[in-house]
Amino acid sequence: MATKASRSAARLMMAPAVVLLMAWMLVPLSMTVWFSFRKYLPLRGGDLGFAGFENYGRFVSSSSFWPAVSTTLIIVGSVLVITVVLGVLLALLLDQPFWGQGVVRILIIAPFFVMPTVSALVWKNMFMDPTNGLFAHLWRLFGADPVAWLSEASTGSVVLIIAWRWLPFATLILLTAIQSLDSEQLEAAEMDGAGPLQRFGHIILPHLGRAITIVILIQTIFLLSIFAEIFVTTGGAFGTRTLTYLIFQRVLESQNVGLGSAGGVYAIILANIVALFLMRIVGKNLDA
Amino acid sequence: MARAVTTRRKTLTTALAWVVGLVIFFPILWTILTSFKTEAQAVANPPLFLNFDWTLENYAVVQERSNYMRFLWNSVILAGGSTILGILVAVPAAWSMAFVPSRRTKDILLWMLSTKMLPAVGVLYPIYLLFIRFGLLDSRAGLVMVLMLINLPIIVWMLYTYFREIPGEILEAARMDGATLREELLYILTPMAIPGIASTVLLNFILAWNEAFWTLNLTAVDAAPLTAFIASYSSPEGLFFAKLSAASTMAIAPILILGWFSQKQLVRGLTFGAVK
Amino acid sequence: MGQIELKQVTKSFGDVQVIPPLDLTIEDGEFTVFVGPSGCGKSTLLRLIAGLEDITTGHIAIDGTDATGLVPAKRGLAMVFQSYALYPHMSVRKNIAFPLRMAKMDKAEIDKRVAAAAEVLNLGDYIDRRPGQLSGGQRQRVAIGRAIVREPAAFLFDEPLSNLDAALRVGMRMEIMELHKKLDTTMIYVTHDQVEAMTMADKIVVLQAGNIEQVGSPLELYQHPRNKFVAGFIGSPRMNLIEGPEAAKHDATTIGIRPEHTRLSTTEGTWQGTVGVAEHLGSDTFLHIHGIPGCDPFTVRTGGEVALSHGDTAFLTPDPDKMHRFDAQGLRIA
Repeated sequence: MATKASRSAARLMMAPAVVLLMAWMLVPLSMTVWFSFRKYLPLRGGDLGFAGFENYGRFVSSSSFWPAVSTTLIIVGSVLVITVVLGVLLALLLDQPFWGQGVVRILIIAPFFVMPTVSALVWKNMFMDPTNGLFAHLWRLFGADPVAWLSEASTGSVVLIIAWRWLPFATLILLTAIQSLDSEQLEAAEMDGAGPLQRFGHIILPHLGRAITIVILIQTIFLLSIFAEIFVTTGGAFGTRTLTYLIFQRVLESQNVGLGSAGGVYAIILANIVALFLMRIVGKNLDA
Repeated sequence: MARAVTTRRKTLTTALAWVVGLVIFFPILWTILTSFKTEAQAVANPPLFLNFDWTLENYAVVQERSNYMRFLWNSVILAGGSTILGILVAVPAAWSMAFVPSRRTKDILLWMLSTKMLPAVGVLYPIYLLFIRFGLLDSRAGLVMVLMLINLPIIVWMLYTYFREIPGEILEAARMDGATLREELLYILTPMAIPGIASTVLLNFILAWNEAFWTLNLTAVDAAPLTAFIASYSSPEGLFFAKLSAASTMAIAPILILGWFSQKQLVRGLTFGAVK
Repeated sequence: MGQIELKQVTKSFGDVQVIPPLDLTIEDGEFTVFVGPSGCGKSTLLRLIAGLEDITTGHIAIDGTDATGLVPAKRGLAMVFQSYALYPHMSVRKNIAFPLRMAKMDKAEIDKRVAAAAEVLNLGDYIDRRPGQLSGGQRQRVAIGRAIVREPAAFLFDEPLSNLDAALRVGMRMEIMELHKKLDTTMIYVTHDQVEAMTMADKIVVLQAGNIEQVGSPLELYQHPRNKFVAGFIGSPRMNLIEGPEAAKHDATTIGIRPEHTRLSTTEGTWQGTVGVAEHLGSDTFLHIHGIPGCDPFTVRTGGEVALSHGDTAFLTPDPDKMHRFDAQGLRIA
């Protein structure tokens, strides 16, 4: 509801943002699609012509593809399970009255603000280093042999590093959601004879349903493109090569742009499937 | 209102919450402590907690060896520049969508959001190529643009959710009072939205500061920010835990402080207003 | 000066026409009230006059000059919003000075006018406070102050009292009427409350679904409602509308009898019914009578003390001179 004048002003003022994002999306995207159909090796002859769907076929049939897919799924899945389950528990804990709530909240949220390269390096060296890391000291204390975490339990270690950074995010959002629960609902349930577990199962958990879905979707989008944590810890070795990392290697390390771009198109499609679900939730929220 | 809780229960909750909090915070705490140790003390077994000789030597070495200040300055320029630029582009757009909504507003908002979900690696080479073509590789200007663009959807969304809380009648009153569009934005909307704009700035500064895909792939020396500075520590040379810790502490300290201010806004910003 | 003329004005949102072609003239200095049920288009009409919405077709003239395409600021009108729409980050003084500042008036003149407005509205005590620190009534005054400093051709009020509590509302009603007498400027006032309309207006415009049902002075509307809608809308408690054989006896499809134009008796009368709920106001009593053919319940207005109680039999006699008759289209039969 407004006048013609304000509507045209609105279009004008929206233009810069729309044009910029349009360019940001369309230009590189169409280039990626274009490259994905070319045999393009910048260091070995450059653009060697049309390749049809060959890159798409080769990317999928390469011996690194399925391991990368399974690594991606394992890492994303484990991080999601850990952060959501612990996140709900932590949110419940932080929602209780206790002394020093503010300080504890800050302690728990802090990891989210740590630069990914910093958290990866700190964990890799100061905790997981097989000779001098804290874990090694701890293992020796109990008479066990230190573990070379990032080569022997590489996936688990990467999951730990990533989950440490995202648990605070999940906790914070779930805590916000819990705090928005009308306490009268809980009191009504209590009057109706529901015990603490039943109150959790029938009132709190359903109330958190939407927040949990959002946490899962947003994290999935970010986790699918996890990069720095792998870049500085294992460099993709020891079975930690995710789809994102595989594409990165194809494009920048082995400079097979055509192949990497085909992989990029796969990644874009994958991300869009997840995004579609997220958008529907966010969109519904807009109407409210 | 919550009911009174027994002291016993509150004590137990307190103990549990603090233990959990400290465990989660421990890596950061340990990094900060280690940054004040000598290299020998940093790897001592059993580990030393507070009973070591505090030293600032590592900070001096890190600055001297790798010119920390230059990376810090780059981080400030990249995060600050991209945020300010983003706000300038986003305020008018968010104003339009919040106060002059049309049938397409929702679609445009969701489309903007969808650009945020584009996996960076999918467009890595084209961007890399364009950067070479236009001489932007390892330049601050190029990265400011990229960081602005990847955060623009979040900035627009956050501002949009804040603006929507301002009653449209107030802007109409300004129009009736003779304010032009520019005056309406300048004298009425912006002052009223200052808290919202401030939180948006804060959150996006943090996101840009910590961005570690484009900053690692598109910089080398000149424009490299702290993310790249830290990544350069990934190949160890001898005893270096204390120096790594000092470098890490310097890289995260500014943002940890800003982060503490922005907890609430973080939720709104990262869930696109879906959880408040 | 402040004569406002609407010629064949329509408004559509998309395919929905909310205001069908409409003509209306508001004379200079008149206090005009737009009244109607919610969703009748009265606020939209006000916003069209203000320029906050474009009209779809037609013309609006202010003081004889065409204002159809003018932006709100150029129409010389001032508006008081339902939510008051005060600028929360400015003091009362700055709020009132804002329109003058936008008009690039010089500082001394602004100060003079703000002081004068503060004087008229008794804003002196809180002139340097922020709106957040004021009560509803005080905010209302500031909103009015912001409107009067501009010395507009006309004031537009969009349900300005609906956010106030009942006692304050009556007081503000009087203040606005006083202000109108003092300034002698055209005022257009939108409300859904017919009591406000009756007490304040020189001229009432009754709207329903975007259509003007009737325009007239409060008493004209009360005494000669043009149709059934106006008859039912104006007057409190509502007019009793009777259909069927009882109406046919008077050569009408519907007859209307106001509660205050009915005589009540325990022994004899035209109609017989049973007493239902009684609303005691002290000065008056509204009795709901059941069992009157074609109208249930029938409301009667009677004196403060009534001898009847729930379940008693009562007889009603309408005053034949004050009876309203309507045809099958709901229009008044003269």
